[in-house]
Amino acid sequence: MIKLIVFLPLLAAIVGGLGNRALGNTVVKLLTTGLLFVSCALSWPIFLGFLGGGMTAHVEPVLTFIRSGDMSVDWALRVDTLTAVMLVVVTSVSALVHLYSWGYMAEDPDQPRFFSYLSLFTFAMLMLVTSDNLVQMFFGWEGVGLASYLLIGFWYHKPSANAAAIKAFVVNRVGDFGFSLGIFGTFLVFGTVSIPAILAAAPGMAGSTIGFLGGRVDTMTLLCLLLFVGAMGKSAQLGLHTWLPDAMEGPTPVSALIHAATMVTAGVFMVCRLSPMFEMSQTALTVVTYVGAATALFAATVGTVQTDIKRVIAYSTCSQLGYMFFAAGVGAYGAAMFHLFTHAFFKALLFLGAGSVIHAMHHEQDMRFYGALRKHIPLTFLAMMAGTLAITGVGIVDVFGFAGFYSKDAIIEATYARGTTAGGIAFFVAVVAALLTSFYSWRLVFLTFFGKARWAASEHIQHAVHDAHGHGHDDHAAAHAHYADHAAPDEGAGSEPHAHDAGADDVKHGTAGYHPHESPFPMLVPLGVLAFGAIFSGFLFHTPFLDAEHGVEFWKGSVAFDAHLMHAMHGVPLWVKLSATVVMVTGFLLALWAYILDTSIPARFTSTFRGLYAFLLNKWYFDELYHVLFVIPAFAIGRFFWRRGDQGTIDRFGPNGIAKLVVGSGAAARRLQSGYLYTYALVMLLGLAAAATWAMTR
Amino acid sequence: MNGFPILTIMIAVPAAAALWCLFAPGDEATRANNARWSALIATLIDFALGVVLWLNYDAGGAQWQFVEHVDLFGRFAWAMGIDGIALLLIMLSVFLMPICIGASWEAISKRVPEYMAAFLLMETLMIGVFGAQDLFLFYIFFEAGLIPMYLIIGIWGGAERIYASYKFFLYTLLGSVLMLIAMLWMVREAGTTDIPTLMAHDFPVQAQTWLWLAFFASFAVKMPMWPVHTWLPDAHVQAPTAGSVILAGVLLKMGGYGFIRFLLPMFPQASAELFWVVMGLSMVAIVYTSLVALVQTDMKKLIAYSSVAHMAFVTIGLFTFNRQGIEGAMLVMLSHGLVSGALFLCVGVIYDRLHTREIARYGGLATNMPRYAILFLLFTMASVGLPGTSGFVGEFLSLMGSYQANSWVAFVATTGIVLGAAYMLYLYRRVVYGVLDKPDVAAMTDINGREIALLVPIALVVMWMGIYPESFIQPMRRDVGVVLARVDRAWPGGDGRPTAGRAAAPAHGEGHGAPVVAAHGVAH
Repeated sequence: MIKLIVFLPLLAAIVGGLGNRALGNTVVKLLTTGLLFVSCALSWPIFLGFLGGGMTAHVEPVLTFIRSGDMSVDWALRVDTLTAVMLVVVTSVSALVHLYSWGYMAEDPDQPRFFSYLSLFTFAMLMLVTSDNLVQMFFGWEGVGLASYLLIGFWYHKPSANAAAIKAFVVNRVGDFGFSLGIFGTFLVFGTVSIPAILAAAPGMAGSTIGFLGGRVDTMTLLCLLLFVGAMGKSAQLGLHTWLPDAMEGPTPVSALIHAATMVTAGVFMVCRLSPMFEMSQTALTVVTYVGAATALFAATVGTVQTDIKRVIAYSTCSQLGYMFFAAGVGAYGAAMFHLFTHAFFKALLFLGAGSVIHAMHHEQDMRFYGALRKHIPLTFLAMMAGTLAITGVGIVDVFGFAGFYSKDAIIEATYARGTTAGGIAFFVAVVAALLTSFYSWRLVFLTFFGKARWAASEHIQHAVHDAHGHGHDDHAAAHAHYADHAAPDEGAGSEPHAHDAGADDVKHGTAGYHPHESPFPMLVPLGVLAFGAIFSGFLFHTPFLDAEHGVEFWKGSVAFDAHLMHAMHGVPLWVKLSATVVMVTGFLLALWAYILDTSIPARFTSTFRGLYAFLLNKWYFDELYHVLFVIPAFAIGRFFWRRGDQGTIDRFGPNGIAKLVVGSGAAARRLQSGYLYTYALVMLLGLAAAATWAMTR
Repeated sequence: MNGFPILTIMIAVPAAAALWCLFAPGDEATRANNARWSALIATLIDFALGVVLWLNYDAGGAQWQFVEHVDLFGRFAWAMGIDGIALLLIMLSVFLMPICIGASWEAISKRVPEYMAAFLLMETLMIGVFGAQDLFLFYIFFEAGLIPMYLIIGIWGGAERIYASYKFFLYTLLGSVLMLIAMLWMVREAGTTDIPTLMAHDFPVQAQTWLWLAFFASFAVKMPMWPVHTWLPDAHVQAPTAGSVILAGVLLKMGGYGFIRFLLPMFPQASAELFWVVMGLSMVAIVYTSLVALVQTDMKKLIAYSSVAHMAFVTIGLFTFNRQGIEGAMLVMLSHGLVSGALFLCVGVIYDRLHTREIARYGGLATNMPRYAILFLLFTMASVGLPGTSGFVGEFLSLMGSYQANSWVAFVATTGIVLGAAYMLYLYRRVVYGVLDKPDVAAMTDINGREIALLVPIALVVMWMGIYPESFIQPMRRDVGVVLARVDRAWPGGDGRPTAGRAAAPAHGEGHGAPVVAAHGVAH
């Protein structure tokens, strides 16, 4: 059964990709979406089986992969609790995103390609989560990277999309550089790349040291940190996060599937999968905690000032991934995986909801040009509300809460309950980030759905209104090419940050006669299903994922579940338990005050704290820094090596120099050139004759 | 198959076809057509014979199979025979050859019979290099193999072909002379020209260094290794498409073959002693040529520089002195032969249409050439080393081996996967993505049936090697073991040397670790 789950999406991708225009839009869409729903339907029984205790971990072999001495790798599909959790997340969100794309991509001329890329992604992701060894995990890891690259650059005529696609691939490769070295090191130490074998041997490695780059370091710390670099790349953690916001250049369903629910959580999955290994290095866990905390805080601060609706959600994703990492860092792997699980539903919901808004607003993504949309697209509004309540963690203890209430609060309590310095810092960061999360989430809702309509200033809307009088609907490609032009000034707005912010008076108000339409049925169904998940997934599943006793039974050792820590969580002081709810409400009130009650506040704030605002709007200047540190030097050094190295030194003193030396001038080069072949043959023959003579006369 | 001289026949078939091409009667057009067809048929026969060879090769049998030995005069003998390593390289040659003929079908219109004869002669000599068991026989094939390449670049090449051939000549000459001298000394010392015997001969340690350096001079140029690589970009740029395919596909592999056949088994102590020479040059090559590839504006130059970087993975893998490294290096050679060959074909496809290699002249081909875009993407990804393609397995094993040898080497060499992604994706973006706004580019048609027939077989083998590399590792397993047995005793060991650890509770277990560990045990 697991083979069907994994390989049906591959079949869909191959048939859809090769069939492409021969099969036509509808056939490819039916095939890919249909097979994905089959895959999803087969996954849930496995998950429920683990939930009910009826399933046990097993591995299904597929094919020999690499045999090189001790290095022995097979293609195999591993099913255990951790895999089952990922299976339902991946196949459910993927199937829903396939369905959603029927509506969202309806006008695109290139739909078969889009759907086969989506299916290809799903296959690679499933290979990643079912891997039984590090090499197959790396296969899935890079496979999802390829699909992400292809889908970010799906609208390949947009220069910004192409740049974002390359950036995503190359930055991920920096992470994979660490991941690869981690695998090599693991093989050197353990003589195997099989995950169960490594995890079984890891507890015996305390105190071991290893030589690395001239020094000697703790073995397990080195291996874990190298592997963690890979996780940082894939999960967009601080330092290697720069590709994720740019990845929003891809179509919105892609952002929902790959850059929110599934691929970006692969790093968290990896740390949880290898948790018995990470448990062997306190240093590595501390690093994981700090990196996660730094990312959570950084992304949340940046998220508060972005104006592009997708970028707000992208930074939110980045921040939530930080939560998952520091949860893992303090040893709360169950909580990390639970947040991954609930986050998949509510973040996919938020992205798809944002897609529905963008669809209604004729591909306008700037929230400054939204407003008052709740009456026009009420179902989308309700879905976004469900997502927002889930991410901000609304709920009442022991009664009911939205998804994030259970998972995020568990993380916050676990950091406190851990009692270490790193845990304490993570706790503090988690609470501050929760405040910011609540603020930017409500800011998004208020700017989009409340207040007055500010659509008139949007070029997209003007286009739409204009087209309605003219020749009907705009060609999709043209709309996007146009978007690329339009986006440029937004990106550059950082240079004069005081000029724009939401609610500022310079934005033209009014609807310009435009009437947004609610999205079609195929887009609303996934919103409904995901909204159900965002509302109930926390309530339904928190016991098996988090509870000290049930957790041990549920996880069955597939992560290093710490029952002791889960017990300790119940004992944290009341103020710790309440802190999450308090900051959630505070964030809501701040957003309400600034974006509904007194809309002049953001403009006044930004003009007062101009430097801080520019710093945040420009994402802490990471892109600029990397451009100066890496991109420009790489090209400059490359040019230097080419002109000065190859041409100026090697050729000048090598072949060209010899030509000059032998003949003295260019004329001789010509003589050489006419006779070079004969000279060469002659030298060779003379040599052979000498050899023959010598050999025979000896 | 014993007793049936299949290797000699594989050498003779293209040689006979070459003669037929040159001396067949008829007017110009008839002779050209005749040459095309006889070249295609001869190379296909050789490919079929290659398949027979592979199917009849017994990986568990004798080390040297299909052995032929005919004494000629004095110490000279027509000695043929292959092991698994040679088998794979012969397969690579006979597989690429019909594709080269197909690629030249329309692109070459002047002096067709001579052109086809040059290619056929090259096939003869390539099989000879990999099949020869006599030192001097190897030398003849090895050096003579370059003559048809000179002709192909010099006669059918681009505008700067003379300078390119001159550079090629100059670099090669130096190495050849030194290698010949070393060979003469070796034959005198060991008293035999039989390569299998020489591979087991222990040369005096102090002499090994000099012999090693002499052979290294020749093979390093062929690879090519930094800093003797500058002939390669010029040769590629000037060569016709099929010339580039065979140059990148097979001729560069002769250098790697030389390393694994001569340097490692014959001079193991010197190889261990000069470890840092090879590793140092290879590390420089990966970073240096990758960065140079990044700034190229000529498609062929970019791929040529990427070849230098990829061949550095080969030299690194070979000198790791462990199985993963050497098997990985062999797989990189095979994969690079296929992938870079395919990439040059991809360049040839659009060069035939627009007659420029300038990257900036293209853009937006995904719109009007979707099938081309898919195949080009596959080969780009294979070059980048994406798992599931041939590029991954070799690169991964070779780097895995390098980590066991030395962590510095692994650290620097692994940056190649980042840089490789950068320059290849940057190339792909500029050629295939973007807006299709140039009228002449927009007028280009998607690949035709002939071009599909050239690229798809390579694509299939690239995937095969990426998903089930066992087919390609299995034949060489024993022979890599033979090489390892020779070099092992000289190897001082890597810098990692992990010490044994002791059992301890996990970081978060503090006294409560026991149930966690127990629960963990249940899963397995």
